[in-house]
Amino acid sequence: MPMSLQELQNKPSVLRGDKVTKIFGYGVNKNTAVNEVNFNFRESEVVSIVGESGSGKTTLAKMVLGLIGVTQGDIYFRDAVRDISSHKKKKEYWKGIQAVFQDPFSSFNMFNRIDTLLLDCINLMGGKKLPKEEKVRLMTDACSFVNLKYEELTNKYPFELSGGQMQRLMIARIFLLKPKILIADEPTSMVDACSRATILDMLLKLRDEVNMTIIFITHDIGLAYYVSDTVYIMEHGQFVESGTAEDVILNPQAEYTKRLISDVPKIHEEWDLSTVAGL
Amino acid sequence: MFRQVKQAFSTPKFLIGFIIFTSVFLLAIIYPLISPFTPLQLVSRQSFTAPGRYVNIQDVVENRDRRYFLLNVEENRVADVLSVEDSLRMIDFLETHLDFPPGVLSVEDEPALIAAWNANYDPNQRIQGMTLAAHNENVRFNERLQVAISEEGVILAYFNEDGELVQDTANMFESRDFVNVNSIVNLVHLPLGTDNFGRDVLTQLLSAVMTSLRLGLIAGAVATTIGLSFGLISGYTGGFVDDAILFITNLFTVIPGFVLLILISNAMDPGARSVNTVAIVIGFTAWPWTCRSVRSQVLSLRNRDHVNLSKLSGHSMPRIILNDILPYVASYVVMALILQISTAILAEAQLSMLGLGPSTTDVATLGLMMNWAQMFSAWQAGAWWAFVPIILAIAAIAFSMNLMNTGLDQVFNPQLREG
Repeated sequence: MPMSLQELQNKPSVLRGDKVTKIFGYGVNKNTAVNEVNFNFRESEVVSIVGESGSGKTTLAKMVLGLIGVTQGDIYFRDAVRDISSHKKKKEYWKGIQAVFQDPFSSFNMFNRIDTLLLDCINLMGGKKLPKEEKVRLMTDACSFVNLKYEELTNKYPFELSGGQMQRLMIARIFLLKPKILIADEPTSMVDACSRATILDMLLKLRDEVNMTIIFITHDIGLAYYVSDTVYIMEHGQFVESGTAEDVILNPQAEYTKRLISDVPKIHEEWDLSTVAGL
Repeated sequence: MFRQVKQAFSTPKFLIGFIIFTSVFLLAIIYPLISPFTPLQLVSRQSFTAPGRYVNIQDVVENRDRRYFLLNVEENRVADVLSVEDSLRMIDFLETHLDFPPGVLSVEDEPALIAAWNANYDPNQRIQGMTLAAHNENVRFNERLQVAISEEGVILAYFNEDGELVQDTANMFESRDFVNVNSIVNLVHLPLGTDNFGRDVLTQLLSAVMTSLRLGLIAGAVATTIGLSFGLISGYTGGFVDDAILFITNLFTVIPGFVLLILISNAMDPGARSVNTVAIVIGFTAWPWTCRSVRSQVLSLRNRDHVNLSKLSGHSMPRIILNDILPYVASYVVMALILQISTAILAEAQLSMLGLGPSTTDVATLGLMMNWAQMFSAWQAGAWWAFVPIILAIAAIAFSMNLMNTGLDQVFNPQLREG
């Protein structure tokens, strides 16, 4: 159930961005992917960042994750300026923030067994010296959380699994890590509709268990409405609208938001294509 | 990994290339073991001995203490085999059909009679008015006579204690006595003849194949190691490091590699130009294109989700490069290595033809053998065996390796993959 605005504002901030900007290239090739974006994500909040392809959502996600540098602006992690200047500090940061990517097929190193992926998580959380049985127990727990059987998966390679199984395994990974923040970059766009609901439910269940903040990066405004407390609408590297899911979607202000909403096909109405440019 | 190897062997191109290469390689390993000569042993005193089986000239001229004497027909006792009827028949034939004046030939002077017969009788010539039966009888008589002459033509003799030549009556040799070729001790088999120094070409060639392959492997390994490391670092790190490495790579690409190779080889002290140093020099000039292609592969790989995930799992940069990037470019690197090896073998052949190859007299390489054949005018001497087999060996190695590379390309390059 989405939280009320009141409830939300009482929660402590976990991630805050102040005029975050990313510019690729120089001179003629200069391309501003993210332009002075401000945001404030709170504990156990479910946030959706919605926008078209190329609107800068994924770039923003990568900056937040610390995978690419920030051109300008500051990112605050738990109300302190984020410091990821060394590998050790990055490692510490990544214990608190993790991600699930869009394409499960390219998220795995196909030369490594599945066990390696899960063991890496245990190692990152400082469980390197645990006895083998304990590690197996942790991995079995994580797998059963996402309705997979560890005994069937152990020693298998990723390409022997289906897309849905792979994506669930990615969530098992998150279960082992239990980060404060999870960035889910279109986690359901490459799996079938049935697995999709399961995966979303698992993520939300995880949120309830560990008070995790989930940031959905998506182009699917319907999904955003279904799961999130807060919605940010992104166009050309800027947030054009933000607020609670109810406010933004039922009562859109920006022209772009209205267009995004009308582009969603509905079962009982004629699909309105008039807003599509060029038609 | 096993799956990929199996996949590679399923393409006919790779399979054929592999079979050719393995045959050449195995031959190069096995033949020197069974060859009676060491690769650079001087077998023959003549240069450019033609291919064939040779008996040592000592065996022909002299057999322990015995000598063979070939005597003139007139001097020996061949006349004893002629009966009076035979002699009369010969006189009759010669005088009637070949216009010999009567009275010149006589039954008593058998040597003169035989000489006249040998000089004038032609078994292929049909005499006008002579029956076929009479002609055939003459032919058969002639054959009998020739056998008798050849048997009587050899006398075996030896020197006794006083130094006198004595006829060996105990051992008589006839034309129907044989010696097994295999029991001749000093029999030399030269399947591809000898080169200008009188060295067995086949043994030398196969040891040269081995040396050239080793040279190719060293050069290929050097080129691939440098190219791969630079490519991985440059592609993954990006930024200034990438720019710097790319600058050096472009510099090497613009300078023609072969010219650089010639200059370096020329600058080196000839005494120091061993096979290994030449291999390293070739490797140092061949790395840029491996570097460039590995770099471009890594550029597209480094933004893949599994690399991002590996970063998020807290892995260090070397570990990500070795674990998450290298396996994905490994098949490509193997292909590049194969091409580098074959290019290096060709480069060595070119360098050696110019006289800039390994300056050594201890081992032969394919290029050096070509160089020797050229310097000692094998072409003008018509000694094809001194260079044709070498050209074929170089062609077989380069062809098989390129074929393997194309086969691998078909398996690992998604754009070329069939089905």
